[in-house]
Amino acid sequence: MIEVRGLTKHYGDRVAVEDLTFTLEPGFVTGFLGPNGAGKSTTMRLILGLDRPTRGTATVNGRAYQELSAPLHEVGALLEARAVHTGRSGYNHLLALAQTHGIPRRRVDEVVAMVGLESVAHKRVGGFSLGMGQRLGVAAALLGNPATVVLDEPANGLDPEGIRWIRNLLKGLAAEGRTVFLSSHLMSEMEQTADRLIVIGRGRLVADTDVASFVAQASAGAPVRVRSPASDALAGVLGGIGGRCEQLEDGALKVFGLSAEQVGDAAAAQGIALHELTPLQVTLEEAFMSLTKDMVEYHESLPEGEQPGVPLATLADGDQQ
Amino acid sequence: MSATTSPELPRERALQGVTLPRVTHSEWTKLWTLRSTRWSLFLAFVAQAGLGPLIALIEMSRWSQLGLQQRLTINPIDHSLGGWHLAQLAVAILGVMTMTGEYHTGMIRSSFMAAPKRLPVLWAKLLVFSAVTLVLMVIAAFIGFLGAQAIFAEHHVNVTLGAPDALRAIFGVALVITATGAMCVALGTIVRRTAGGIALFVGVFFVLPGLVDILPSATANALQPYLPSTASSGLAQALAQPHSFTPWGGFALFCGYTVAVIVIAAVLLKRRDA
Repeated sequence: MIEVRGLTKHYGDRVAVEDLTFTLEPGFVTGFLGPNGAGKSTTMRLILGLDRPTRGTATVNGRAYQELSAPLHEVGALLEARAVHTGRSGYNHLLALAQTHGIPRRRVDEVVAMVGLESVAHKRVGGFSLGMGQRLGVAAALLGNPATVVLDEPANGLDPEGIRWIRNLLKGLAAEGRTVFLSSHLMSEMEQTADRLIVIGRGRLVADTDVASFVAQASAGAPVRVRSPASDALAGVLGGIGGRCEQLEDGALKVFGLSAEQVGDAAAAQGIALHELTPLQVTLEEAFMSLTKDMVEYHESLPEGEQPGVPLATLADGDQQ
Repeated sequence: MSATTSPELPRERALQGVTLPRVTHSEWTKLWTLRSTRWSLFLAFVAQAGLGPLIALIEMSRWSQLGLQQRLTINPIDHSLGGWHLAQLAVAILGVMTMTGEYHTGMIRSSFMAAPKRLPVLWAKLLVFSAVTLVLMVIAAFIGFLGAQAIFAEHHVNVTLGAPDALRAIFGVALVITATGAMCVALGTIVRRTAGGIALFVGVFFVLPGLVDILPSATANALQPYLPSTASSGLAQALAQPHSFTPWGGFALFCGYTVAVIVIAAVLLKRRDA
């Protein structure tokens, strides 16, 4: 089990992670979501003892990672950045890691087979494709047969086959009862794999919830698509009762702030014909956008002229690591 | 979807976990599974074992052209060990790279995730690298010495292992190169960049002596014995150098420098983000 309490990391003046608190539930796949530069990798590096927190703590099974006597048996990690010497063969890389824990060669052979690298295991890592590199990273993470697996952007740069492989792997790990902590900036990845979500933006916690309620929460303000031959008149009416309309390219209106019922009733009351009335589905991505938008607006430190409604660009800006 | 409870995982735990002997075993594997390491060690070995006999061969082949004065300056011990500067350079570069190679490739993160207390990684690297260097250099120095003496025998300028300072210089060469390698592992840990680490070594061992030389001679002579290059070279040479401590005194000072650099490296390694 991983517990993060008030975790804070500053690099000089730059705030990478600020007062982050969450607990990973054992036996679940928890998605760690946030735009690029939100502090996901930093948080993972803090959990894994690679960086020192400025304040706060991150513990694995009740102890700081540095205090674990056999860390590879407790947490397996796949970092986003490469962590392999390119001059060594994949097999020898795994062997050297295994030897720090007295893990037998038999287990090295096992994980090599598990990730399907048998044919290239004795070739130098420098010649590996991105997909092979990810497989090697997963093999290293599983070396100690840990109950918790931490993966930073495992699907990054993979081809569709590689992404499918990662997805199946995650399902397999979860089915074995392992705790999986998985970061991504791609919402679609999370929709497919995660049970729970921890969302961060600008190093701060935005949401700690399960996927269904995350979407439901954001759906409360979901827009409605409406098409009418009297588009302008309708927009005027809806504006009068608190709706905000956006003209779509096909002539329809996207209405924010009103439910489908309110839009239909208002149109009927004014005798305006409707050709289409659709409550729009909220995807995880939109839910994420809407939540991080709130987070951005909440902050007073933002410069003037920031446009709400484009939170991804806002968040990613100037917060790269 | 995953299970809500955590069922028994198939575990095969070696519960003792990370120990210094295990990390040392790992570093042993790391050292020998890189092509660049094997080449550097091979180069250092060949330089130490081969250059002395080569020098001897050249001197013997032009024996008839040498004047008496030149014949007298032939020092059969120092000439037989003449490859030690080149061997030292190869070992120094390799020492820097055992650490900077890990930072450069990102391997250091894997190393620290496996051994998160970090210091065992440094101790194990120092232990493995020093032991390998010492053994190889002792063997190479003996080969170089004996090979060169066999060649010097042609004109009877050879000496035996029993000659004064012969064994001291042979083991001295190996000890000095080993200490230099250990210092360079620590330099690599501090600097974390290959180019920077090698530049630091070259600066201290080759540029600094030149800078001291251009100082007023009284000052230069006073500083000379304290230079790492002077302190280390005394033990590796049979012939006493001017402005230097005794061979073992100089080596003790050099070991002091090495320990100081290692202490700085250890503190930084523990403290810095990886």
